[in-house]
Amino acid sequence: MRRIVQLAIMILFVGSSIYGWKILDGNYSTADVLGVFHLSDPYSVLQILASGFIPASSVLIGAIIITLFYFVLRGRMFCSWVCPLNFITDSAEWIREKLHIQPLIKSKDVNRNMRYYVLLMGLILSAIFGFAAFDVINPISMLHRAIIFGSLSGLFVVLFIFFFDLFILKHGWCGHICPVGAFYSFVGKWGILKVFHKHENCTDCMKCKLVCPEVQVLDIIGLKTDNIKMGACTNCGACIDVCNDDALEFKITIK
Amino acid sequence: MNKEDHAMATRREAVKNVVKGVGYFSLGGLAWGGFIKESKSVDFVLRPPGAIQEKDFVKACIKCGLCVNACPYDTLDLATIQSSTVTGTPFFKAREVPCYMCLDVPCLPPCPSGALDVNLLKNDSEEMDINKAKMGLAVINKETCVAFWGIQCDACYRACPLIDDAIIVKTKRNERTGKHAYLIPEVSADSCTGCGLCEHACITELPAIKVFPRSMVMGKEGSHYIKGWDADDEKRLNDIKKVEKYSEDNSGAIDYLNNSDDLFTDD
Repeated sequence: MRRIVQLAIMILFVGSSIYGWKILDGNYSTADVLGVFHLSDPYSVLQILASGFIPASSVLIGAIIITLFYFVLRGRMFCSWVCPLNFITDSAEWIREKLHIQPLIKSKDVNRNMRYYVLLMGLILSAIFGFAAFDVINPISMLHRAIIFGSLSGLFVVLFIFFFDLFILKHGWCGHICPVGAFYSFVGKWGILKVFHKHENCTDCMKCKLVCPEVQVLDIIGLKTDNIKMGACTNCGACIDVCNDDALEFKITIK
Repeated sequence: MNKEDHAMATRREAVKNVVKGVGYFSLGGLAWGGFIKESKSVDFVLRPPGAIQEKDFVKACIKCGLCVNACPYDTLDLATIQSSTVTGTPFFKAREVPCYMCLDVPCLPPCPSGALDVNLLKNDSEEMDINKAKMGLAVINKETCVAFWGIQCDACYRACPLIDDAIIVKTKRNERTGKHAYLIPEVSADSCTGCGLCEHACITELPAIKVFPRSMVMGKEGSHYIKGWDADDEKRLNDIKKVEKYSEDNSGAIDYLNNSDDLFTDD
């Protein structure tokens, strides 16, 4: 299901560039929806503000819409339901599991809070250098450009992330570095759509922990009945798919 | 290890971790900053019509590519990491695909961020006018332009959408042959939009006429030069505040010379 959403958004973007569709025009930084209003990546807009420029209202409003949307829903749903780079890192994950590749660095050895520092640093550097610092190396937009314009250099960066995730650090990019995901973790902490764990059904098989890209969020598995509360949860649903005991499900909740 | 030692050890551990964290943070920052600086050491690029000042443009542009999508000639492109400007910002290479100066300027209105400003293209009747664009300025290299050799070529002049305005051809007697004329192209900075159609049309192997960002080639005369023969320019004199450098009243100075009292003391 989330693959369909991801693909659909990408196809709409590609269609807008090549065939001139007007449903969703632009890219993952800012998109023009039906020519009526804009959606903007709030982290990009934050960088612009940090660099000392007040962008036009359509971008500001677009960023607010997106922020509110993910605030209400669940921030990191962007990561697993929209972000195109998720294809790349998930396929790295898939291949690694199939080939039993041991990455160089263990996921737990690297602090997952690193991304928050990357986020902060991006803003500081934007202020120092006077332009959006992360957007210069943003692999999300590079991937998008690689698809549409076939730019090789962008593809190299994306490939680098693929191999980085495959061989060097498990869930390296999305789980440790990406400041966009970090931003959405903040925003989406209180989202209403959450994974719900029924402790009484759980058999402690731990399959969910094996598939989860952000294992730390599953800290309550087998311990108590509750929602998965941490903002880092991407609502990808992998744990729900893999659970044979009916102990996990999506739930709309404000808790 | 007694309890106090243990506390000291964990405290030391904590301090060490903090230092380590700060170290990593600054290391990462330096590496990233270095990369950014590299990417900012801009060669030069031409921006879409209506682009605000380059310094602000790289701040404002959100790299959405809406202008690129809107361009019917595929003139515009988003910079990649190899390009000579900030990754993701739109630019064009005039020699490859110049700006064809669409009358409705389709690339400008979609811009959501304010990096392209409609007001910069407004003419006197408040309408969007592509001829107001200032994307760059064409510069002629007279050593490689064959027209300066006396060979007849007016490719740039014919290609110019503002023919006889932005590019004019001046004639000059060719002393070498004694019977021909040079047809010399000349660019007017006031009218040139920087569309690059001339650079695209230029017949030499590398173009002898090239478009550069205006900030790179334009000089500035400074406000203290006034064209005395130009009535409009002369009016600027009226706005100047007169500097009262010398006081009209010179009695003080005269008194000082005539009044010798101070020279003598009472005793």
